[in-house]
Amino acid sequence: MSATSAATPPRERTTGVAGGPGGPRRRGSTLLRHLAVVAVAGLLLVGVSYAVEPFRNFQLATVAAYLCATAGLTVLTGLNGQLSLGHGALMATGAYTVALCQNAFYDRGVTGGLLLLVSLAAAVVATVAVGAVVGVAAARLRGPYLAGVTLAVAVVVPALTVTFDGVFNGEQGLSVPVEPPPLALGVYFPYERWQLWIAGAATLLALLLLANLVRSRYGRTFRAVRDDEVAARLAGIHVARTQVLAFVVSAATAGLGGALLAVLAQSVSPGAFGLTLSLFLLMAVVIGGLGRLTGAVWGAVMLVALPDLSHSVTEQLTLPAAAAQRLEGNLPLAIFGITLVVVMLAAPGGVQGLLSRFGRALLARWRVGRS
Amino acid sequence: MEEGLALHHIGVRFGGLTALDDVSLRVPPGRVVGVIGPNGAGKTTLFNVICGFVAPESGSIALDGRPLRPRPHRLTRLGVARTLQGTGLFAGLTVLENVMTGASHTARAGFLPALLGLPRSDRDEARLRRDALDVLDQLGIAAHADAAPGTLPFAVRQRVALARALAARPRLLLLDEPAGGLGAEDIAELAELIRQLPHRDPDPCAVLLVEHHMDLVMSVCDELVVLDFGRVIAAGTPDEVRDDPAVTDAYLGAAVDEAAA
Repeated sequence: MSATSAATPPRERTTGVAGGPGGPRRRGSTLLRHLAVVAVAGLLLVGVSYAVEPFRNFQLATVAAYLCATAGLTVLTGLNGQLSLGHGALMATGAYTVALCQNAFYDRGVTGGLLLLVSLAAAVVATVAVGAVVGVAAARLRGPYLAGVTLAVAVVVPALTVTFDGVFNGEQGLSVPVEPPPLALGVYFPYERWQLWIAGAATLLALLLLANLVRSRYGRTFRAVRDDEVAARLAGIHVARTQVLAFVVSAATAGLGGALLAVLAQSVSPGAFGLTLSLFLLMAVVIGGLGRLTGAVWGAVMLVALPDLSHSVTEQLTLPAAAAQRLEGNLPLAIFGITLVVVMLAAPGGVQGLLSRFGRALLARWRVGRS
Repeated sequence: MEEGLALHHIGVRFGGLTALDDVSLRVPPGRVVGVIGPNGAGKTTLFNVICGFVAPESGSIALDGRPLRPRPHRLTRLGVARTLQGTGLFAGLTVLENVMTGASHTARAGFLPALLGLPRSDRDEARLRRDALDVLDQLGIAAHADAAPGTLPFAVRQRVALARALAARPRLLLLDEPAGGLGAEDIAELAELIRQLPHRDPDPCAVLLVEHHMDLVMSVCDELVVLDFGRVIAAGTPDEVRDDPAVTDAYLGAAVDEAAA
């Protein structure tokens, strides 16, 4: 061990703090490395889609949709330091765009497997536009004022769908017609598996791009602006432009996540994108591990697992129907809130922070055992 | 053409308070110029004017004979870098990343290559990393490249801040109280380092230094400007300034006031 470390050139020496928040330096192509991870994840996902029952496929697809949003939010809040209470509304923007596009295609009798791609792309574009407007406002604001503006967005956007009910059909919302799986996959191909494939592919693409960006100088710039705006400006960084960029990137992924949710549910209504969703997203990202894409995965899993869990819990209890319904509705929020407090007190790095600390400890022990 | 930085008759007022009054000074290439003065004399305001954080009410700034309308994020492009009081390091970035950030204006790869993870973006990063490691090497702190700034002793952090500024390859370096919080030995090393800056082989840079520590200022500066209540009360070589009665007055007067209070 000592012989190898003496052989490494002096530049490779480190003081033991491995990499820091940016992770250790890595050699080779960023793209190839990330593509390899995505390919493995994709293969795993296909395998799992055959191994589990349709309902689990649907749940996993929902996790993927939420993951788009949490991954974007963790980049914005964790890496760039901008708090957003409005990501639920950005998801709604994507969801309604995809609904309007799909309906427009179907009303005109245009069909084809690639139309969904067009609609999803349109959802991202629309959310980028909304995100740019909110982002420009956000770049001028700090702390509680930023929270206030994004909160307003979270409240206003769902309300708009009721105000303009000619287009958005009010509280009822819109249905989202989606094509069945292509016949080439066989007549008995489960629809839920197809949903997981669509959501999984879109999310893996979004994660690939996010991971590339976080690794690039833009990721570093995001973090520099978060840590010290004055020093960032003196280092040649246009702070406001960087903040708008982070907001737009984050909005794009939130829009894609919302669009995927709409495609999965085959419907969209304002109730699904209320303020609670925005709060849930933020809590999920913090509990998962703020600023880490892997943390966003844990957060997205929790977003789907918790309501499911609270459903099973209330089923176990023998309660009057009304009380059971109320409990089921509020239990996830309560569990999330308590978990958040516990995580903040016990492990500010979130689930992912705990896991990587655990992993490092194991690795260190393994190395000691070998030498 | 007047080379280097030149400030002509700069005036700054904050409400009724005159922070700078008719301040002129020059930092020619190859020189170390110091700005000293009692607390509240306007030294940091002067830096903030040069960096564009504070807009002067009157007067003009010129860099290499061209009028300069400074904006903070454009400075490194113009060849001016500044360190901050304290260290102003990015706590969530490693030492190496901190220094790479200092050279942000030299990054060429755009948003799309970064998003797609193209080799162009990787090459750009590799070059920034090499350059940053070179600077860390020159300052003798390459061993700390992967450390988080918060884990390092203050003297090393101070050096990282200097490395970040030098990574921009400035022609003019503004140092804001670089000796603050350092011990005598560290100050001696810092003095040696500052003296070399104008004579480095690639990238020589002039220095404008704001500092309280008199020994450091007297030992490294070619010229001194003394501010008091926003006005230049003396200017010249360290020896000239030391013997100037106006300077002793300003400093001793302040001391007497403090003792009386």
